[in-house]
Amino acid sequence: MKNRFIIIGFAASLVLAGGVSYYASSHPDGFEKSAGDIGFLDKAKESPLKDSPLAEYGVAGVENERLSGGLAGVIGVGATSAVSFAIFYGLRRFNKSKS
Amino acid sequence: MHIPDGFIDLPTSAGFAAVSALAVGACIKGAAKSLDEKTAPLAGLTATFIFAVQMLNFPVAVGTSGHLFGSVLAAVLVGPYVATLALSVVLLLQALLFADGGLTAAGLNVFNFSIVAVWVGYGVFLLVKKVLPKNKVSISTAATIAAFISVPAAVMGFLLQYAIGATSTFSLTTVFTGMMGTHVLVGIGEAIITAFTVTAVLATRPDLVYGYRGTKQQLEIRRA
Repeated sequence: MKNRFIIIGFAASLVLAGGVSYYASSHPDGFEKSAGDIGFLDKAKESPLKDSPLAEYGVAGVENERLSGGLAGVIGVGATSAVSFAIFYGLRRFNKSKS
Repeated sequence: MHIPDGFIDLPTSAGFAAVSALAVGACIKGAAKSLDEKTAPLAGLTATFIFAVQMLNFPVAVGTSGHLFGSVLAAVLVGPYVATLALSVVLLLQALLFADGGLTAAGLNVFNFSIVAVWVGYGVFLLVKKVLPKNKVSISTAATIAAFISVPAAVMGFLLQYAIGATSTFSLTTVFTGMMGTHVLVGIGEAIITAFTVTAVLATRPDLVYGYRGTKQQLEIRRA
């Protein structure tokens, strides 16, 4: 019961990243668009990681766009929560042991 | 507005990486202080939720989209120290796992999102909160206004970076006007999503909201 809020929030994040993200606008974001309109977008270099298996929020080798993007979102939610829970629980422990 | 590699030269990017690393490091102590049994899971959830919602680009004008920054959302929910760390985690994972935002540009992005947008936004939040009555609606209102302002604030961070080390030669005025038009619209989206989320958390678990804590205490004092 105490953690119900956290579980619901986590589930919502999975649904948003894994499902709803398919319906997100695929137009360039305001920053990219502005850079293009001003005229310096051509200075952008591709990330050295552009060929990584999850580059551009898709899973390499998964043809179906909905599945590929959804899986990437779910993996991202898993990775973000793993890293951030580890850091914040770690810091809390550090705080506790000091006081 | 994830800056890719190449917009800003390497020395400037390295300088901002150093500044960002120092600032993030300086937030660790403050973050540890504000984390307890209750807030540690919320901090993890906030980072996770921001990652998810940043995937949801919304249309802002013809052929243009925007997405949540989440800087003020995080600052109001878990405090500015934890928010700086949370946004940094999200940005680094986006750059490393999804090639979203450059690698040499990572310090530039952390500077704009995790430092400028979080702390300017949180400052605005505190100011607005101060002049409004002490209740939940005021917290949502202050968060909404702060969220709106945090987006142009982050653009100003980029402008500073552009002024110091741009690889192109447009005047700052050109870059300012070119960037601000779309980002005011992105800021409206930021304000709406932040308003909705903060209001929802305040309605269900007000005890978890960092930005509501002082308000609650004062209410309790008055009642006693």
